[in-house]
Amino acid sequence: MDISTDQWVFWSYGPFELNATIVFTWAVMALLALGSWAVTANLSDSEEISRWQNLLEVIVSGIRDQIRDVGAEEPGRYLPLVGTLFLYIAVANLLLIIPGYDPPTGSLSTTTALALCVLIAVPLFAIRQRGVTGYLRNYIRPTVFMLPFNVIGEISRTIALAVRLYGNVMSGTVIVGILISVAPFFFPIIMQLLGLLTGLIQAYIFAVLAMVYIASATRTHAGGDDNRGDEAAENANKGE
Amino acid sequence: MDATTWVAVASIVTAGLTIGIGAIGPALGEGRAASSALMAIAQQPDESNTITRTLFVSLAMIESTAIYCFVVSMILIFANPFTDLVTQAGGG
Repeated sequence: MDISTDQWVFWSYGPFELNATIVFTWAVMALLALGSWAVTANLSDSEEISRWQNLLEVIVSGIRDQIRDVGAEEPGRYLPLVGTLFLYIAVANLLLIIPGYDPPTGSLSTTTALALCVLIAVPLFAIRQRGVTGYLRNYIRPTVFMLPFNVIGEISRTIALAVRLYGNVMSGTVIVGILISVAPFFFPIIMQLLGLLTGLIQAYIFAVLAMVYIASATRTHAGGDDNRGDEAAENANKGE
Repeated sequence: MDATTWVAVASIVTAGLTIGIGAIGPALGEGRAASSALMAIAQQPDESNTITRTLFVSLAMIESTAIYCFVVSMILIFANPFTDLVTQAGGG
């Protein structure tokens, strides 16, 4: 039994391999891109809107509300990254209802790539908001002695993000595989249903955690720091 | 018993111990979290939306420790790196 979709190769030419992870990732990307392109091609702001436009509006405003709940004042800045993460993972997990489909998030390569996106996005957003020194000062926050622990925390939370999503999705697939050989036909379906629930919750958690990490890096801390007043004044200016 | 069998025995026993012991902590933690959330909802039914959302996120984060154990035990059974090593060394 394969525990990863990486080993399921569709097509290979020399050193190039086209495995199931890549194919299904492309399929999800095409579905999302073509679907939203088709819907946004004829948007209307009259009172009569199509049902698909209604769906997209509900999704986008829901994500904006969630981002605002986590603590960012202007959700528009973080919406592209966080919304893409959520929609991609959610669609990749929910397509499980199609027979023969293996979620690409059940491969450690996909989840590591997503977690690396978050690892890079956090300093980018923080530097844009607070400048390089403001961001780097985060690392020596209570004292200089905390520097190694802050760095380790940054790396370990990225690994945790990747392994959490991978483990949850992979465990669903493996348990269904085991149950098919033990008690076929009925129990696997129940576990698949549970997998749909888990998949959606994991997508939500991935997006929320990414947003929490970004928010904690961009937010100005109320620590015992000399520049606290300056930063607060700067933020107040920005807010106006 | 030759080396490959020993690797298999060690992997299977360790995988069982890993998931068995590793599930204890998260199970207790999830039970505590769920009971606290139920008490909070009983006291403040108006806030049940926020409480439920926070409960789901924290349950998934608690559960992830058990998932780490599961991943390790799956690697031990299905993708054990030492099996290849022993086979190459001619132990099999």
